[in-house]
Amino acid sequence: MTASQPGPLANNVSGTEVSDNAAKSVRSVTGITVRLAGDSGDGMQLLGTQLTNTSALAGNDVATFPDFPAEIRAPRGTRAGVSGFQLQFASEEIFTPGDTLDALVVMNPAALVTNLGDLRKGGILIANEDGFNDKEFKLAKVESDPLESDIINQSYRLVKVPMTKLTRAAVEEHGLSAKNADRCKNFFAMGLVYWLFGRSLEPTLRFIQEKFYKKPDVVAANEAALRAGWAYGETTEAFGESYAVEAAELQPGTYRNIMGNQALAWGLIAASKISGKDLFYGTYPITPASDILHELTKHKNFGVRTFQAEDEIAAICATIGAAFGGEMAVTASSGPGIALKGEAMGLGVMMEMPMIVINVQRGGPSTGLPTKTEQSDLLQAMFGRNGEAPMPVLAPRSPADCFDMAIEAWRIAAETMTPVMLLSDGYIANGSEPWKIPEMDSLPKITIQHPPATSGEEPFLPYERNENLSRPWAVPGTDGLMHRIGGLEKEDRTGNVSYDPDNHQHMVQTRAEKVARIADRIPEQDVLGETSGDVLVVSWGGTYGACHTAVSRARMDGHDVSHAHLRYLNPMPRNIGTLLKSFRKVIVPELNAGQLRMLLRSEFLVDCIGINKIKGKPFTVGELDDAIRSHAAPARKSKAG
Amino acid sequence: MSLPVLKATDFASDQDVRWCPGCGDYSILAQMKKVLPNVGVPREKIVFISGIGCSSRFPYYMNTYGMHSIHGRAPGFATGLKSTRPDLMVWVITGDGDSLSIGGNHFIHAIRRNLDINIVLFNNRIYGLTKGQYSPTSAEGQITKSTPMGSIDHPLSPLSIALAAEATFVARSMDAHVKHLGDMLMAASQHKGTSLVEVYQNCNVFNDGAMAYAQEKKQRPNNIIELEHGKPMIFGENRDKGIRLTGNHLEVVDTADVPADDLLIHDAHNPDPSIQMMLARMRYPVMPEPFGILRQVDGVATYNDQINDQVTTAKREKGEGDLNTLFHSGDTWKVA
Ligand SMILES: Cc1ncc(C[n+]2csc(CCOP(=O)(O)OP(=O)(O)O)c2C)c(N)n1
Ligand code: SF4
Repeated sequence: MTASQPGPLANNVSGTEVSDNAAKSVRSVTGITVRLAGDSGDGMQLLGTQLTNTSALAGNDVATFPDFPAEIRAPRGTRAGVSGFQLQFASEEIFTPGDTLDALVVMNPAALVTNLGDLRKGGILIANEDGFNDKEFKLAKVESDPLESDIINQSYRLVKVPMTKLTRAAVEEHGLSAKNADRCKNFFAMGLVYWLFGRSLEPTLRFIQEKFYKKPDVVAANEAALRAGWAYGETTEAFGESYAVEAAELQPGTYRNIMGNQALAWGLIAASKISGKDLFYGTYPITPASDILHELTKHKNFGVRTFQAEDEIAAICATIGAAFGGEMAVTASSGPGIALKGEAMGLGVMMEMPMIVINVQRGGPSTGLPTKTEQSDLLQAMFGRNGEAPMPVLAPRSPADCFDMAIEAWRIAAETMTPVMLLSDGYIANGSEPWKIPEMDSLPKITIQHPPATSGEEPFLPYERNENLSRPWAVPGTDGLMHRIGGLEKEDRTGNVSYDPDNHQHMVQTRAEKVARIADRIPEQDVLGETSGDVLVVSWGGTYGACHTAVSRARMDGHDVSHAHLRYLNPMPRNIGTLLKSFRKVIVPELNAGQLRMLLRSEFLVDCIGINKIKGKPFTVGELDDAIRSHAAPARKSKAG
Repeated sequence: MSLPVLKATDFASDQDVRWCPGCGDYSILAQMKKVLPNVGVPREKIVFISGIGCSSRFPYYMNTYGMHSIHGRAPGFATGLKSTRPDLMVWVITGDGDSLSIGGNHFIHAIRRNLDINIVLFNNRIYGLTKGQYSPTSAEGQITKSTPMGSIDHPLSPLSIALAAEATFVARSMDAHVKHLGDMLMAASQHKGTSLVEVYQNCNVFNDGAMAYAQEKKQRPNNIIELEHGKPMIFGENRDKGIRLTGNHLEVVDTADVPADDLLIHDAHNPDPSIQMMLARMRYPVMPEPFGILRQVDGVATYNDQINDQVTTAKREKGEGDLNTLFHSGDTWKVA
């Protein structure tokens, strides 16, 4: 194959054939998007995670998108039971797990029919041939063997691999039962994929040893399956070449791959350390927030106390109790649980207690699409409490950003004496990317001072305010500061119960002003591109990667488009109003029916245009790219040229 | 260091108490102020947490730390506070509607966790603050604002619920029996684990006299029985009646007819709550209602101790957490 000939990975081919490997050549490409799909029992998530880590260790930039069914054990072999894991790894900086697939691995017919639509024409389709039989066709509701169809054979580079048979043969000598032997087939698939993309087996061999160290026969069998998969790729005629993706040029530093929920948990622990507080985490299990609990509870040696409450209400109430006691207090849930926490959040606002409320959003309303992503709780975060109860709202933009925003949320909460809402989402929570490990000394300290004991002769004023309008955080156990707080309106300064009409208005306005003034202590909005011009794309949360990539592409092609991605939603950065008014058009892409757009319009009287997708799926770069171009003025001379 | 000697008045906050004149809440407040100087805990280490209801205004009237929270959820707040600050003495003040309707779930869970807190449940068998609807403890058939044809709900017994949740300390007293009430609060304060004191409290505005059978001098001796650990169960105006366990139920017998040895001896320390549960189910007018400590079992681990022990153990086993070590654990790579 000559360098100029379009290969199966035409999207990303950089055009150099780098080496001859036995009979096969290695093609160097800038990036690969691959999806692994099978029955939820097939271990696709494990395969995906391993491939991600290995690619990250190889120095690639990576971005992932796991996608699983809501049912734990959806009927085997059916379309509803398909579990997928998408990954893009690249030698350039990337911000999304990719749109169209360069390669798709399917373990059964259901996985094929539900995923084929995303495979690029000419892309590689690897199918576990043994998963394609009459029984499976019936389960997947397909008439006949799709692998035999002309369309598939003509449009894609189909490679049929009898994975089950080959795996059984490979592990035979280790004496596993047929069932356990078949379980190893995901490692076979992994080996094959690793060969195809020139990945090292070492990290996964290490993983197998660590994970199954108690069962030497399982270790041996999985290792054998992994190696067999690799050897199969090497020897079979089916693949003419393999692909190499060079390390990406990331900023110097030490990196690791990190998932959103894990980054959030670590950010919370870091925040507790740099503020000299123990961490109390009260929660009730809910998808996709539960992994924060699972992660935190592993780290009790950091002074982390986790409380699995009887429900979300108890969880947040305990959190407020811990805050009253003087600890760093955090609660988390997803939309339905946040709805239950509403009353207590209002109490937290009224009592002016520092704490973090995390919402890892998912599809709604009500139980909605529990395993799918959405951004539809923004208005709930802003207004989901009775009475006038403003709360700061922050939103991380990517898995690694969760670390920084967790710290930022605690800084603001402690500085302002208020509950802070942190809005993550399922896409960020389960996605992963390389994270540059921070130097601990570089994290700015959060200084918290509790008023000291007094003789009690001067009355203590629990609602006296400082320059941030924050009241003192006096903790029980301190002599002379005895005071009572609660949800009945408090008299200014003294904190006594008060029904005085003027006092109520004053207190409502003060609490609002306190939150508004946070704008003075957060950075101004940064912009990709010019700060005035034709089109401004305004986004928030997990759509960052897709928006950033789409805007970058439009700019490369000479469109006058800029991008502002909000991480602070309440209050918004000081310059946001000016920014919005400096463009001919403002476009707001969101995975909801237009919630940020509503806020921007009502606050700044700017007629924003929405791009709204409510399918339980993230934006693809392509769809945003199209939408942005349809609104942008004709391109000037290409900046790339 | 010896503690300064405090008086009841030292525990009064500067706020006016605003319950209806004649409300039973006053008496409970007075007993609490009397008891606290003697519990051995300095004032600044005492926290009152309440839900919502007339009784839940209580923390505002105490010169301690306090939190007037939301309806039914006081045990939740107490859980977070006590788990992080085991050095504090935490009292939960709640009403029958607060703890058994909206807060039933939290009530059960605080008790089964054996959090080291003291719950004082003001039971007036009515919703006071919302002006007179029936509550989960209202009698069947009771006419109230929301039940003009009579309540059709079967009443709950807080003591039975607590015992079913394996409470380690369960007692009952009454607003008007001031000495007895003080003793119960004192005993509760000394218990390690969740203590529940149900206090019959007269709401003289919406449910006046609902518990008169247990209060009025004349009726009282025949309608209640005061429990004492290790003592036979005897009651009645002339101490002429007793309780006997026959088969698998309790019955009232005449002491004249039955040898003293046949009477049930109260065993509050029995880890098996079966007989204590039978006592909790004794109800006027069929049976005398038990007052005093039904159950008092020591040595059961508390939630707050255990959550903190796990932290200590983790630190001992893994070493004090170090962020750099955590961040660099597992697979990392360097970009030069
Ligand atoms: C979420 C919520 N629902 C309803 C109420 C109204 N409410 C306040 S107190 C109360 C009942 C109180 O009864 P109880 O607990 O018996 O206390 P009491 O007033 O009799 O002392 C109700 C229904 C409320 N404050 N909050
Ligand atoms: S309504 Fe009843 S319970 Fe409430 S203060 Fe008045 S008398 Fe007491």
